[in-house]
Amino acid sequence: MASMRASRCFPRVLLVGFCLFGIACVAIAWRPQPGDRAPDAAPRAERTIQNTGSDTLVNLALAWAERYMGEHPDVRISVTGGGSGTGIAALINRTVDIANASREMKQEEIDTARKNGFEPVQHTVARDAIAVVVHPSNPVNGLTLQQLSDIYTRKITNWKQVGGEDRPIVLLSRESNSGTHVYFLENVIRLGETSDLMFSPDTLLMPSSEGISTEVRQNPNAIGYDGLGYVTPEQKKVAVARNAQSAYILPSVETVNDGSYPIARPLYMYTAGEPQGGAKTYLDWIMGPDGQAVVPTLGFVPLQK
Amino acid sequence: MAAISEPIARARPRWGEFAVETLVRIGGFSTIGFVVLIFLFLLREGLPTFFKVPLGNLFGTHWYPTYEFYGILPLVLGSVLVTVTAIILALPLGVATAVFIREMAPNWAREILKPMIEVLAGIPSVVLGFFGMTLLAPAIRQGLGVPTGLTAFTGALLLAYMALPTIISVAEDALDAVPKSYRDAGLAMGATQWQTIWRVVVPAARSGILTAVMLGLGRAIGETMAVMMVTGNAARMPITLDSLFRPVRTMTATIAAEMGEVAQGSTHYSVLFGIGIILFLITFLINLAAASAIFQKRRRGGLR
Repeated sequence: MASMRASRCFPRVLLVGFCLFGIACVAIAWRPQPGDRAPDAAPRAERTIQNTGSDTLVNLALAWAERYMGEHPDVRISVTGGGSGTGIAALINRTVDIANASREMKQEEIDTARKNGFEPVQHTVARDAIAVVVHPSNPVNGLTLQQLSDIYTRKITNWKQVGGEDRPIVLLSRESNSGTHVYFLENVIRLGETSDLMFSPDTLLMPSSEGISTEVRQNPNAIGYDGLGYVTPEQKKVAVARNAQSAYILPSVETVNDGSYPIARPLYMYTAGEPQGGAKTYLDWIMGPDGQAVVPTLGFVPLQK
Repeated sequence: MAAISEPIARARPRWGEFAVETLVRIGGFSTIGFVVLIFLFLLREGLPTFFKVPLGNLFGTHWYPTYEFYGILPLVLGSVLVTVTAIILALPLGVATAVFIREMAPNWAREILKPMIEVLAGIPSVVLGFFGMTLLAPAIRQGLGVPTGLTAFTGALLLAYMALPTIISVAEDALDAVPKSYRDAGLAMGATQWQTIWRVVVPAARSGILTAVMLGLGRAIGETMAVMMVTGNAARMPITLDSLFRPVRTMTATIAAEMGEVAQGSTHYSVLFGIGIILFLITFLINLAAASAIFQKRRRGGLR
């Protein structure tokens, strides 16, 4: 039946085509100008705090919000994930009060925020270790940062080159909107230096932490990384050494706090300008002893006093 | 009295008719309006891509938007590879199923099969994606001995499955339209049932089957969720021989995965909409090709 209808309409399909082409020409002439955008909506009521961003932080942010709402029944906090980039973009577009981020804001993002009329303010709320994970049957126990860099840039392509079985290495990473991805690129692949090294194009970009843990659990060829709070018992954590001479250290709250585990980073919350009212009270509570007491229960590392 | 009230009585239903007619007309035209508006929005947001990004970069082979590599070639080829493989897998199966339902199945089997196929079309793609990620991918890795089960082929299998209902129901319509006299003539010439189906009925319905393929293709290339979950999303160029069994990144998965990240108005944002324009053009061309196949058939005076 569908084809009958389509058959009568064929010249119309062409007509529609021409129309769209015409529209295309108009649209080329009419490109959006900078400053074309509508002025931003007024900030939300203080009693509801919108909190969006990093998937690494989302469980912790939820735990904080639940605890805080339990203590302050008049405050509503809504927490969603999506990635650090998502949260920061939302803050820049003024649709959230607090953006969670597992990386620092890029200069480009700060500039956009200033153009939108506010100065983003950074608050360090916890610390996190990035664990490197492999399949439990993988005999490799430790890797140096240099080896990790070589693996993720495809200079090392087989597990036997780092003391494992004769298997190809399958690279897993979070999507590039994840702060974990950016941190790993800058501090592991590029070893904290300015260079042009990139994730190999062969890297599988998984849309979620769950995607990484599923593949690592199933595939003995796989190597992945994720926030320590997301590592399940079915994945094997690899000890990491700064260089070939130093000790191989497993990630844990202790090794992050004493600074011996090399891939640890601060986690941030950003506000548009200095926080006011409800958001300020909430952030103070998070960084105070009550908030920080929640942190280790989810596998993160509390701020040091 | 009667002379006055009569025209009023007639006028009332006419007004109602007018109102309904207008509503239907507005409904019909608004569909066109929405398509035009969506297309306009897509162009407004996406066209700056072609001015902002140098073409050498845009049609390069390296996709890494965080560091301003906007090569869309691996994404386009990835989509093409997955979609074409899916159709190659789905076509024989879909046509065979349609032939079975239309020509061979006893009535009771047909009564069961047709609603089942409609149910097939209703399975949410995220469910299929999860199935693919947890069951299909490990099976493919072990069965084919490839480094990871998240490959273009895994995506193609799921897409084939999702395109099947479309292909089956449209192909079945096409077979349905072949006059009974063709079958009778075939059988009367001494052909077996199989020969009649294969040499007479299917060729007579081939333009309808072609439409089925085109519609299936359109369905497959736009699919996002399942593909994003099982193809691994590695933006490598699928040009080596083993590419089918290696990860790929499709256009749809790229848009879905990255759209949440971008700041409005940034280059990356425009490029994602630019990819949207390319997808739109591809599906439009596929629909055009489907329509023209039918149109030519009609002009020749054949069936459908």
